[in-house]
Amino acid sequence: MKNYLRFLSRCFRLSFVGDARYYAWMFLLTSVVLLGVNAYCKQLVAGLATTGMTDQVSWGFYIANFTFLVGMAAAAVMLVIPVYIYRNRELHDLVIFGELFAVAAIIMAMLFVSVDLGRPDRFHHLMLRFNFPSSMLTWDVVALNGYLLLNLHICGYLIYCAYMRRAPSKIFYIPFVFVAIAWAISIHTVTAFLYSGLGGRPFWNSAVIAPRFLASAFAAGPAFLVLTLSALKAFTTYQVSAKAFMTLRNIITVALTINMFLLAAEAFTEFYTDSAHGASARYLFLGLHGRTALVPWIWSAIALNLVAMVLLYTPLSRRVAILQFACVLLIVGIWIEKGMGLIVPAFIPTPLGEIVEYLPTRNETFVTLGIWALGLLIYTILVRITVPVLSGRLVFDRSFASATAEHHPQP
Amino acid sequence: MTGVRIWDGPSLPARVTANALNRRSFLRVGAAALGGMAALAAALSPLRELGSDQVPNLEQFLQKHYKQMTPAELEEALERIRAKVEKRFEVRPHLRDLKPMEGVEFGYALNLSRCIGCRKCVHACVAENNQSRTPEIQYIRVIEMPRGTLDVEQGTHHYDRPLVPDAEHFYLPVQCHQCANPPCVKVCPVEATWQEKDGVTVIDYDWCIGCRYCEAACPYWARRFNFAQPKLPKDQLNPNMSYLSNRPREMGVVEKCHFCLHRTREGRMPACAEVCPTGARKFGNLLDPHSEVSEILRTKRIFILKEEVGTLPRFFYYFDERYPNSLDPEAIAIADDLRAKEGAAYGCLPGSNGPDTEIIAAVTPQWWDGRTA
Ligand code: SF4
Ligand code: SF4
Repeated sequence: MKNYLRFLSRCFRLSFVGDARYYAWMFLLTSVVLLGVNAYCKQLVAGLATTGMTDQVSWGFYIANFTFLVGMAAAAVMLVIPVYIYRNRELHDLVIFGELFAVAAIIMAMLFVSVDLGRPDRFHHLMLRFNFPSSMLTWDVVALNGYLLLNLHICGYLIYCAYMRRAPSKIFYIPFVFVAIAWAISIHTVTAFLYSGLGGRPFWNSAVIAPRFLASAFAAGPAFLVLTLSALKAFTTYQVSAKAFMTLRNIITVALTINMFLLAAEAFTEFYTDSAHGASARYLFLGLHGRTALVPWIWSAIALNLVAMVLLYTPLSRRVAILQFACVLLIVGIWIEKGMGLIVPAFIPTPLGEIVEYLPTRNETFVTLGIWALGLLIYTILVRITVPVLSGRLVFDRSFASATAEHHPQP
Repeated sequence: MTGVRIWDGPSLPARVTANALNRRSFLRVGAAALGGMAALAAALSPLRELGSDQVPNLEQFLQKHYKQMTPAELEEALERIRAKVEKRFEVRPHLRDLKPMEGVEFGYALNLSRCIGCRKCVHACVAENNQSRTPEIQYIRVIEMPRGTLDVEQGTHHYDRPLVPDAEHFYLPVQCHQCANPPCVKVCPVEATWQEKDGVTVIDYDWCIGCRYCEAACPYWARRFNFAQPKLPKDQLNPNMSYLSNRPREMGVVEKCHFCLHRTREGRMPACAEVCPTGARKFGNLLDPHSEVSEILRTKRIFILKEEVGTLPRFFYYFDERYPNSLDPEAIAIADDLRAKEGAAYGCLPGSNGPDTEIIAAVTPQWWDGRTA
């Protein structure tokens, strides 16, 4: 226990230690977080009227980002499966980075739901009268919190074992890993059901929503990991093998292809049938009655995804720089597709046929950026702690200073 | 083993971590901490504008869910709300908790051949139910529909013609349908909204967390959210109110039509039905075979909106078979009359200079005049 507390306090101290670039990055993130806090305080005072949302489009940017992040969190599992089921050693350590990202992503997702609440002061009502199992939102609360705990346990345990120079005992984490795999799929499925279960919103009321969610998540999540690993490779001496990148590339390629296929299937059904139910899809892709706010968004998302897909399929993306580029395109593409392309159009036109368009306001954007910055801040700290532990320089029987400075001779 | 390049700063870490905080690094850390605190304080500064009534006090914070309150606790909560209303509006409200009546299930029937699109129901509802006036929240939406379709997407919401009814259109008022299988209730994560024995779906405004899931789930776009602090001028408050219906709402919660249960549970008509100049709106007890709605359900060709979503509304529409190609001539005559009398205010858009004041007179109970009593 004493050792554990000492471990935590060392981790805490470690997160404040780094070189100029580290400080600059953390300073930048902290500033954006504070901007977000400021914007959220304004929202608390003046209400959600500070956002672009209306009774017509009653969910917007916040819920869109929430949806996207749930997917990113779920995607950590795509690394776990090859490692534990197919015993792919290449990715072994990388799993931890994936799961750490899941932790950060879940925290961000939960924050996005929280800032979307009109009465955050009544959060505890959720504990007092929990409409389970009727409301899918309560399922989501269970799923997200469970997933957060699972991942915290798995990474925490593995990192702590590395710190204590102990071989992790299988019974303490392997079962949890398998539960986490199933759970990861469930968080995204439950989130999809949140939307697809609403009969009054034909745009969402489709069985393909859940598979589409999974496919896009399994592309965007590993893509984000490619970027993380690239950063690790560039800024630390942490070893990332080329093979790991290529495994991720394969996963991303397959997932993105499936995602595009499902999108096409969805579009076909809507447009070929051409029933009145397709109004939202028409609004999204072509515009309705001269209102076209979402059209540029969805087409740029499709373009980004297509370019990324072409790059991934050609040998070009064997070069890590190209792979990174494709990953950035695809993350942005999927972010748009999930956000502006999936959440917002379901509200346009309204069930009574009114067309009111939606654009996030500045304040709303600041809150959003603030949460993203906080998530990245958390992730940076988690990675910052993990790297020296995994590479064996922060261990319990060495002094703290040795973890940070042993190889730098004192002046 | 070599170290992690970026994160192992060459000089600072060694000094900080050697527990030998010398003066310089102490000052540096102190300055950083101070700067951080100042920045945080600046970021939090908008909170100073938070009104005292926006922050719940301990009693409000601990108030239980409507269904969990004992009668004594409910009375306490009612008293708390009375005091709050009195402070804000300088009127002692007639606030109580009206329970559903035995053997009553409310239903609504609307004669589309008589609706002239004048929007008096919209305004009467706002006046009766203490909705926010800026921004104005309305529970009823009247859609101007081209003849020959029931597809609302072909309708016009913001028609603003003093000539209603237009001969080529009919008018379709929509409000909460008090579904027997309400998706809004199903999705609420905290059970802040539920269906009562008399069929009215109500909301505990003190329990709603403002997630707006119900708003996304409702197929009739019946729910409204208080995006801003609701603003209601003191002299426009309707002091006749009940807990689950028209007591003043706060920011951040959802509301909707509740069939005026503070009236209807006392045997009166909802404000919209009372104010309708053509008698297009019929309200009553579905369980009473002699009520007007029951009669209409038995004898007219009624239909419901969006039957395919399976919500089983208690709000029925019908056209009068006697006039297959036009509105009821009697209703048109009434419209002509009103137009002559009201001029520009007639049929106006919600929120514009509506005949609100007149409407209040029409729907206000007798004891309204004794409002300061
Ligand atoms: S009309 Fe909408 S708000 Fe009213 S009961 Fe039905 S689903 Fe709920
Ligand atoms: S907005 Fe309020 S009433 Fe509606 S689902 Fe959320 S908590 Fe329930």
